[in-house]
Amino acid sequence: MPTFQLQINGESHTIEADNDTPLLWVLRDQIDLVGTKYGCGIGQCGACTVHIDGVATRSCLLQVSQLEDVEITTIEGLSEDGSHPVQEAWKALDVPQCGYCQSGQIMTASAFLSENSNPNKTEIRNAMHGNICRCASYNKIEKAVETAASKLS
Amino acid sequence: MKTSNTIHFSRRSFLQTSSLASGGMLIGFNLFTACKEEVKPPIDLSLLDYNDFNAFIKISNEGKVTIFAPNPEIGQGVKTSMPMLIAEELDVAWKDVNVVQGALDTKNYARQVAGGSQSLRQGWLPLRQTGATARQMLVNAAATKWGITPSECTTKEGVISNANGDTLGYGDVVQEAALLDVPDDVKLKDPKTFSIIGQDINNVDIDKIVTGKPLFGLDYKREGMLYASVLRPPSFGQILESFDDSKARAVEGVVKVVKFGNKIAVLANNTWTAMKGKKALKANWKQDTKAESTEFHDETLLGLLNGKSFKTLRKDGNVKKAFAEADQVLERTYETPFVPHNCMEPMNFFANVTADKIELVGPIQTPAGTAARIAKMLGRNVSEVTLEMTRMGGGFGRRLYGDFAMEAAEVSHLAKSPVKVVFSREDDMTDGIYRPAIKYKIAASIKDGKLTGYHLKEAAINSNMYGLIPNFFPAGAVENYQVDVANYKSNITTGAWRAPYTNVLASCEQSFFDELAELMEIDRIQLHLDLLQNVKGTTDDRIQYSPERLEGVIKMAVEKSNWGKSAESVYQGFSVYYCHNTHVAEVADIIMDNGIPVVKKVTVAVDCGIVVNPLGAQNQVVGGVIDGIGHSMFGELTFNEGKPQSNNYDSYQLIRMNQTPHVDVHFIESDLAPTGLGEPTLPPIGGAVANAIYAATGKRLYKQPFMKNLDIEKVKG
Repeated sequence: MPTFQLQINGESHTIEADNDTPLLWVLRDQIDLVGTKYGCGIGQCGACTVHIDGVATRSCLLQVSQLEDVEITTIEGLSEDGSHPVQEAWKALDVPQCGYCQSGQIMTASAFLSENSNPNKTEIRNAMHGNICRCASYNKIEKAVETAASKLS
Repeated sequence: MKTSNTIHFSRRSFLQTSSLASGGMLIGFNLFTACKEEVKPPIDLSLLDYNDFNAFIKISNEGKVTIFAPNPEIGQGVKTSMPMLIAEELDVAWKDVNVVQGALDTKNYARQVAGGSQSLRQGWLPLRQTGATARQMLVNAAATKWGITPSECTTKEGVISNANGDTLGYGDVVQEAALLDVPDDVKLKDPKTFSIIGQDINNVDIDKIVTGKPLFGLDYKREGMLYASVLRPPSFGQILESFDDSKARAVEGVVKVVKFGNKIAVLANNTWTAMKGKKALKANWKQDTKAESTEFHDETLLGLLNGKSFKTLRKDGNVKKAFAEADQVLERTYETPFVPHNCMEPMNFFANVTADKIELVGPIQTPAGTAARIAKMLGRNVSEVTLEMTRMGGGFGRRLYGDFAMEAAEVSHLAKSPVKVVFSREDDMTDGIYRPAIKYKIAASIKDGKLTGYHLKEAAINSNMYGLIPNFFPAGAVENYQVDVANYKSNITTGAWRAPYTNVLASCEQSFFDELAELMEIDRIQLHLDLLQNVKGTTDDRIQYSPERLEGVIKMAVEKSNWGKSAESVYQGFSVYYCHNTHVAEVADIIMDNGIPVVKKVTVAVDCGIVVNPLGAQNQVVGGVIDGIGHSMFGELTFNEGKPQSNNYDSYQLIRMNQTPHVDVHFIESDLAPTGLGEPTLPPIGGAVANAIYAATGKRLYKQPFMKNLDIEKVKG
């Protein structure tokens, strides 16, 4: 089985896996970074969102063989202690219900706000459209992104 | 309800205390001892670990308080709200409380269940009594120490004080307290003095959730565990005829292939390899029982509705006579499809079946029933089973059924290895236990401008309405009233789906009432208020709802939504319902955007008694409303030759953020005991949306999902 060097949350990991193994399963099963969630496996729900060089990307669609020269950030690496403004906003508003989709929501929101720190409501709703929350915590997510933006801008 | 009272326990064994070898006191209790007389708590608590009771308070010598949350957490917030009830009466500061998920009590105590929106309602008194009892024992110990009577002591935030200004922390007296007799009667707080109940309290797992810590079943790992991906029949009614696993075994990393029943499990060292191995299986299936399609279900259910094979669930007066004598009759048929649960965390479970024990870990709404079924399946004693509940990535009823846990146990037993069964999204959607397709025929008779008869007929796949539901509104409000049900037994598995049995019924009935009011030329709000007058002071103890409380939420929703006074471009729809012991009224505001209806805002008025945790309650109300909008507008699973026609989110639409309205929530102020919120805001919303779409377009919607059955082009034109 081939091996790969991956840069994840500022650390280098040597991974042995088939070329086609999605980053999602490498993170979850091999590196024990289980904050990145499996929801659909086809890039439709956003639960597995990570940052690739700062850009929100679906880890279920990324093959491990494509990732040797990029910087991967997962929810565990977004901040050292949950103090990223987006995480703080999520806590302050008590956004989660079941909580399963929320690391994906946070990763999408944080990448979006790093591009656009002063978004309007429509921009927030469009940016978050790719992340499903089955408990429908959408009102709170929207508000939390606004709150985080007000801290960032 | 009594707001402040002295509780006499029906049995002394309701609570047990013990001093801990490590120091401190453990107070354990059985939540439902009072309901289940034959249950005997263990005598020697010190021999037990914390898992043997339904809930616990542990107080250490340092005064640290740990509360074990009894019920499974599926996102409905009980891991936070149930311990809040204990902490309130124990009189400690919430910030000093550590909440831990309790595991299954294998002595088969009743109702360690997440379902039916019952956790808070049924836990309200027992949980408070437990906290109050622990507090009283601590006070008694302090009073003895000071040589005064307990009534001379007060408590606040874990500190006991007397009139001389002396203070003792709970930790200072916990050793003595643990040796005292459990008091026979304790006083509960006057709700006016609550300092935790009624406050906004954050979800206890929030820090772990936002930093991605392992919490869910899918996150659970054990050394040496194998991941199993299971191939099941692709169509309902099929059985496994033969299979070839040579290609699956050739996948590097696949460890074993195990056939069990009509299924084949591929076991590997990681999830991806197990899934790949499953895809490499070649299986031949045989149609054993009927291959059913959606067209067949439609014809069958309409046939039942128009036929005579009904079972009558409630009959008041004589509907036949009322209809014969009516000036006008309104009769409408409503149709609703199958829907899957689609929990974001796909079904999964860990099992380790060995010669001496059966270990189970995972997300389950019914731990006790599942443990018992697994013991029975494997011919083992249930005392050999331990079950640890993880946080659940949604439940919505799907995790009431332990099919996935039974698979894990069977595969672990056959493979002689610790195993975690993991459903792919496709498995999860196509091997579901769905909300069944249901059709209703509702008819009303009008005589001299009054509603004289109401006849509700239901035809459902497998089964649906039962029990008390025929006694919900408008039962009791109409002199001649009848509810009939008919079923078709299908091989497609169906079961409870959030707010089961009323989730689509309320939507259909509330659409019907909108049309009925129009026909009667009465304001739709007034029609409801008039009907509720008929129920006030009823002596019919089968009636489940309170007309006064329904009236209260109706009036609040009307006021808060600006009903009838909205802007010209905004169209409003009204709906009201009682279910799961909670009364709810809703107003949906929609606008037409290029001929397409868009729900912009929903105003909700809720009477759930005392709101234990407003922050969590708000989340449940909003979630239920948006979930109901999503499913009534978009949700549908069709079948062709027994095969589900959607299997992932590219072919099945769940509501997303930019389709989501703002939900404005208002609670009725109340000093009545709390009722649940996980379900009751969902059923009425479909009616409010349909009625708003009618107000905007003049088109009545009789079939869900609305967006498919609303002829958009026609509406545009």
